[in-house]
Parts: sequence; structure tokens; C-alpha cells
Amino acid sequence: MGPSSLRTSGSKRVNSPLLQCAVSKRTEFPLRPQLPTSTHDRALHGFAVALAGCTLLLLVAGALVTSNDAGLAVPDWPTSFGSFRMPVMVGGVKYEHGHRLVAAFVGLLTIVLAVWTWLRDGRRWMRVLSVAAVVGIVLQGVLGGLTVLNFLPPAISTAHAVLGQTMFCVLAMLALFTGRGWRNDPVAPLAPADAARLTLLSTLLVASLYLQLIFGAAFRHVWTKWGPHAAARMAGSDIIQWFLIPHVVNAVIVTALIVVTTLAVFRRAPQNPQLRRPAIALHVLLLTQLLLGFAAFLTRVVWQMDTPQPLVPLVLSTVAHLAVGALLLATAVVLAIQIRRASPIARESEHVGTAAREAVTA
Amino acid sequence: MTKIKFLGALMAALVFLALFGCSKKEETPAAETPAAAPKAAATPIDKSTVGSVSGSAKFSGAKPKPTKIDMSQDPACAKKGENTVETIAGDGDNLANVFVYVKDGLGSRTFDTPTSPVTLDQQGCRYHPHVLGVMTGQTIDIKNSDETTHNIHPTPANNREWNESQPPKGADLQKTFAREEILLPVKCNQHPWMKMYINVVKSPYFAVTGKDGKYEIKDLPPGDYTLEFVHEKLGKMEQKVTVAAKESKSGVDATFKPGGAAGGQ
Repeated sequence: MGPSSLRTSGSKRVNSPLLQCAVSKRTEFPLRPQLPTSTHDRALHGFAVALAGCTLLLLVAGALVTSNDAGLAVPDWPTSFGSFRMPVMVGGVKYEHGHRLVAAFVGLLTIVLAVWTWLRDGRRWMRVLSVAAVVGIVLQGVLGGLTVLNFLPPAISTAHAVLGQTMFCVLAMLALFTGRGWRNDPVAPLAPADAARLTLLSTLLVASLYLQLIFGAAFRHVWTKWGPHAAARMAGSDIIQWFLIPHVVNAVIVTALIVVTTLAVFRRAPQNPQLRRPAIALHVLLLTQLLLGFAAFLTRVVWQMDTPQPLVPLVLSTVAHLAVGALLLATAVVLAIQIRRASPIARESEHVGTAAREAVTA
Repeated sequence: MTKIKFLGALMAALVFLALFGCSKKEETPAAETPAAAPKAAATPIDKSTVGSVSGSAKFSGAKPKPTKIDMSQDPACAKKGENTVETIAGDGDNLANVFVYVKDGLGSRTFDTPTSPVTLDQQGCRYHPHVLGVMTGQTIDIKNSDETTHNIHPTPANNREWNESQPPKGADLQKTFAREEILLPVKCNQHPWMKMYINVVKSPYFAVTGKDGKYEIKDLPPGDYTLEFVHEKLGKMEQKVTVAAKESKSGVDATFKPGGAAGGQ
């Protein structure tokens, strides 16, 4: 699909290759006229994808800490038992310190990605996003330290969990934006009415998934800190009432939104693989997540009450539920971005055309 | 290039701040200092009139089969052999680990804080004892008799929370709790099955039942009292008792049933 099929109403068609290239950058995000960027860097993209994968592993490592009740197995931060040497990795230390090691590794890779993006990617917004990722990762590390130093207060632990998944979304976006498909694949534009509806639905979906994340993380951290198996500061029934029931009710809303949004994608954008692929993924992830959520409820709330320690079914189901939740959120974010990208850009195209005319005059 | 240098410096500053800006948590806080005014002198008690209360705690019905603990995640623990939870323990229908104390009836009496410490040991990757009674301000001497690192993490509601590690056969920790608190949970984040309860009270009139379910509270001045029997899982129950001068009141029992306390005698 060449530039001639793009919506450039109101603009003059220009013949200069440089300006043609500028006009064709309607696929960039945000959609502004830009100078031609550097060519696709396959290695950078591969690195960004690998980093996103490592971040998912980091989320799993963090989930293992909470599910194994090992959050304070290393009592200090940023040192471990008073030094930066590797401690004996047994018991809860294995999970807590292991999580810290993976986090440090991901932090380092994020810095590498930011530097690499600055050097190789001419898109200013990409550079800003990569720096934001570094800032976010550092903030995440600080939150992790604060929660240890303050003995896992549920508010800070929940913030740590939410920011962790947010960073996963940011790194997934960086992987998306560095891909060849983002730069080169044509995007079938949506009709204005379709774009408006899909934008609304996808935005609501991301918002509801975020709310789901907050409720889920809050339940998890309040239960493990103040619940009947922990400090016994709050009755299990109260924790369920205030955090788990809203989480379940919101799950119904999320399910409905996923179904409605994906059906709208299939109906209104059947020729758009950039939308269809995340829509299909959302379906698969949703079914998996519902099953895992039920398993997590059974193991944590029903079966765990009389057990002296976290058992394997509880650890597996809760960790998997968290990881699939992160994938759901990231996939919804990707879908929302792709919908935005395929939306009509009459104003931007006009702006592109104006820039092109000015360049011709000059 | 200037922009890159500036951003690089900013990133380095952020990392530095994150790593070193947060001060390391105190590893060895000073002994608890009560926030209240200096403690009043102990109320004199006429030793010639004191009595005692004794009895037993029992469990009504069939006790649940003890759950096994999987200690395999730490080889130093696993080799200690089979272990089971001690939530509902005791010989026969006797109930161990019930904390019995005088909840009411002492009026405004004050008591000297004992100078001798009580001992909490970590042995075989279990806490010994499972339920401990201590007076406010009394020292708890925490030992690690195992070949592995433990961390001791009380999660109080009325006292200051702390969390410290103890290396294998490491130096003892001395800790106190300044405020009364019943069923203060203590756990080890290294070994999630390790859990015990500390009960902090203002008076020396408390006891913990053993495997035979028996308890005795001695040197109690004559008066009308409310005894409370507390179990970590089965709940609490109270009993009113009157102790005459030099009387040894026996048979002050409590029977717990599954799902909560049943009653006393």
C-alpha cells in the first residue's frame, strides 16, 4: 500500500523522494511529519524482544517471592545480609535474592537498550521512551527496596507489583516499535466510526485490566501480610470482601470487554493483521487466565487455610495467574496502540501535506 | 553530545541515589524503650496470702491428623527428619500450647520486670517453644542452634515490627516488647513453616499448657479474676475465678472444640 492510498486530502502530491518518504511516515507513532529515520536495526529489535522476555521472567521471579512467603528472607537492602556478596541460596533466600539478581540484570539491559536506542534510532519519541524505561526500572528497584525496609507494607508492595507490570508493558512497546513490521508493514486505515469505537473499547479494556491488576496485587499483598496465615491483623473474610470480590467482579467486566472489543476488531478490521493478531491472543490468554484465577482462588483461599507452608499447587497457580495477567495487559496495550495507529489521521495528513508544501517552496 | 552527557550523568545520579540514598535498615535496634512515663514501683504483695490456680486445657472431639511439613527446600532442615505441625497438639484429648493468663482482676497493681530472660530457640528448623509468655520489657534471648540461617520476624499489632537474620550458631539476639499483646505472630521468611506466638503481658501471672494440657499460675494474691485461655487456632475463652488467701484453686479447665472454644468448668 503506497503513499497514494494514504489519506492526504487537502495536500498537494509531491514528487521529491525525500518528501515522499516524509509523507509515508503516517505509520510512525505519534503520527507527525518526521525526517526519514535510520534503517531498521534488526539487532536492536532482537535485543528489545529479549529484554521484554527477561522482564516477564522477572515478574515470575517476583511472584515466586510472594507466593513462597519469602519477601523478607533477606532482611536488608540494597545489601544482602550486610554485603554485596552472594548469600547461600537456600530456603526463602533463593527466591528473594534470585529476584534481586534478575532485577539487576534487567535494569542493566534496560540501560543498554536506552543507550543503543539513542545511538541508532532517530525517532525522538523512541529515545524519550527508552529513557523513561530506565527511570521506571530504577524507580521499581527503589520501590522494591522500600518495601523490604518497611517490612512489606501492602501499599508499597502493591505499587511495586503494579509498576512492575507497567514496565513490562513499556518494554513490550519498545519491542513493538523497533520491529520491522512497525516501520514497513502497511496499515489498513479504519473508517472514522470504526476507529472511534475501537479506540474507546480498547482504552476501556486497558483501564479495566489495570484496575484488575491493582485489585489482584492488593489482595495478594494484604493476604500475605495481614491475612489469617500471616499477622492475622485482618480477617480473611474482610480481605476477600474488600479486594478479592472486586477483583472477581472486575474480571467479569474485563471478560465482557475482551469479547466485545475483539469481536469489533474481527468485524470492523478484518483485513488488518496488526489488530487481529493481538485480538486472537487476548482470547487465548483470557481463557487461560480465568482457569488460573479459579485455581489460584482454590489453592490460596480454600485449600491453604490448614497448610503449614505454601504448597506447590498454590505457588504454580498464583505465579502463572500473575504472569498471564501481565501478558493480557501488555497485549491489550499493543492492541490499543495498533488501533490508534490505524485511526484516520486527517489532521496529521494535512499537517504532513503542509510541511511538504513548505519544503517544496523552500 | 552535550545532551547525551547530561542524560548519562542524570541516569548515573538516579542509580547512585537508588543504591545508596536509602539507609540500610537497622540490623540491631536498641532494646525496646517504652514510650510511657518511667515505670512505677512494683505493688507490694503479701506473700503469706498468695494462692494459685491450676487446671488443664482439653480438646473436645477427634483431633485432626497432624499435617506433615516439607522441609526439603533447605537441606540443613530436611535431614532433621519428619516433622508435623503443632497447631493442635497434646497427648490424648489434652491440648498443648494454650496460653493462660490473668486478664482482669489485678486492678492497678504494677509488677517488676524480671531480670532473667526467657529463651526462644530455633532447633531442627522449628521454634522452641511454640508458644511463649513474657512480661512487657522482659528480655527474650533468641538462639539459633541450627546449621542454617534463620530470620526472626515478629509481626505485631501493638509493638514495633522488626526482622533480623541469625547465621548458623550465631550470636544470640536479645529483644523485648514494650506493650501488651496476645498471640503476637513470629515467623521465619527463610523457612515458611516456622511460626510461633509470643504473648506479652503486664503481670507474671501466666502459663502455657504442655503436652499434658496442664497449667498452674502461682503466687496469685487473693481476689476475683478473669482468666483467659488463648489458642492460636481454636480461639479464646474466659473463666471467672475467685482465689481466697492461700487457696490452691484447681480444676479451672477449658475445653476447646473444632471451630472455636466450647466452655470451661
